[in-house]
Amino acid sequence: MEDDQYTSDSGSELSEYWIDTFLGIKGHEYFCDIDIEYITDKFNLTGLNEQVERISQVIDYIIDETDVSQLTDELREIYDSNARVLYGLVHARFILTPRGLQRMMEKYKKADFGYCARVHCQLQHLLPVGLSDICGVCSVKLYCPRCEDLYNPKSSRHAMIDGAFFGTSFPAMFFQQYPHLQPSHPTERYVPKMFGFKIHEYAKLARWQEQQRRSLQKRLADRGLETINTANGYVYPEDDDDEGDEEMEEQS
Amino acid sequence: MSDVSSELETWISNYCSLYGHDYFVEVSQEFIEDDFNLTGLSSIVPFYREALDMILDFEPETSIAVSDMALVQHSAELLFGLIHQRFILTKMGLQMMASKFEQKVFGVCPRYLCDGMHLLPVGTQDVPGLETVRLFCPCCADIYLPNSSRYLNIDGAFFGTTFPGMFMDKYPEVVNQAKLRGKQQFQLKLFGFKVNESSQVGPRMKWLRQVPKNEQERRDYEECAYAIKND
Ligand SMILES: [Zn+2]
Ligand SMILES: [Zn+2]
Repeated sequence: MEDDQYTSDSGSELSEYWIDTFLGIKGHEYFCDIDIEYITDKFNLTGLNEQVERISQVIDYIIDETDVSQLTDELREIYDSNARVLYGLVHARFILTPRGLQRMMEKYKKADFGYCARVHCQLQHLLPVGLSDICGVCSVKLYCPRCEDLYNPKSSRHAMIDGAFFGTSFPAMFFQQYPHLQPSHPTERYVPKMFGFKIHEYAKLARWQEQQRRSLQKRLADRGLETINTANGYVYPEDDDDEGDEEMEEQS
Repeated sequence: MSDVSSELETWISNYCSLYGHDYFVEVSQEFIEDDFNLTGLSSIVPFYREALDMILDFEPETSIAVSDMALVQHSAELLFGLIHQRFILTKMGLQMMASKFEQKVFGVCPRYLCDGMHLLPVGTQDVPGLETVRLFCPCCADIYLPNSSRYLNIDGAFFGTTFPGMFMDKYPEVVNQAKLRGKQQFQLKLFGFKVNESSQVGPRMKWLRQVPKNEQERRDYEECAYAIKND
């Protein structure tokens, strides 16, 4: 194998392996390291030849089996961009396997995907998710398992990454594999106030939403599902002082 | 000598231009000079007189001991913040905040389905020293942490709990704009299928972003005007 020097987007120094260079690019922090055995197993690439041209050469390029000194700059660029797409698409499949899930779980624990900005989520770690499994449709989003909602990445570098490189199924698969990692959900929520009083319209909607939550909890209880003090259950505010719905109550 | 030449930078304009202080608007001199607007603040802020003189760029009546200088500076910041909380509820203050809101100075909602809705600063407390500033989204009616650490030491009380409500009251078009953003909800899928609620890993937070959609739900919603209807 040649230890060739070439420049990547990050304007990097000496490259070792293509994958290491790829993972080292700023903005690529969401990706995990795919096992070489996984990338080279043709079975795992089924159907990808429709999305990436000359797939076997691109694989060789990814695993550093290509003699890059024989390539023109133009050709190398084409290989490089195809390699990025292929790596991404294989990545979406790899992270649904036990080994891939394990890698992503380690990254999740280190908060490599960032934190939920919602105040009541208390810095819950996020997971990447795609809104489409097809390349070029939508950039990557972040899923918060605490509020079960979708957020935009904070950095524009991450906002440019294709969501298909993570796929639509990843977070659901992640919690199927690691149900004990599901956070509990705070029932406490924000209601806008004016001069100490909850604003009527918002308080009304919040009450109706709370009613929806209670009836879900009842349905779950009827099926024998635990919803308190358990993974994926609810947490109540410590003191219920503020729980009152009295938006007309006097300011204390 | 109450008038500082306009070429000179005032304490207020300097304070508002500091790193991380871009959420603040420059409170008008007239507002501060009206004693009525300062009611109650003298009992909360130490070195009140000196702090007020500092904010207004007046020479202190008695010179401040060097050892007290840092304390007076701190008091001036506290006093300015508390005046700011009141000022942004006035017509002029609201207008100044509205122009910052339009320019996205407070950022946009990180929630994907809020589609870049502009945010408003808010305090969860009106008493200073308890919590830093949060951001309110008129679309999801939720509050978020600022996305930059530069706002991590800005006191939420300097914006107060009432500001977003007052803002929406004065600018109902903002609320309409927020409503237009639709009330779609996200649901996790596994190979194209929604995860069932009765599963151990089923959805538990749908209610948080839910709005009444059908007749029955709208009726229940109307019944929630003053209390939760129990079934
Ligand atoms: Zn969250
Ligand atoms: Zn929002």
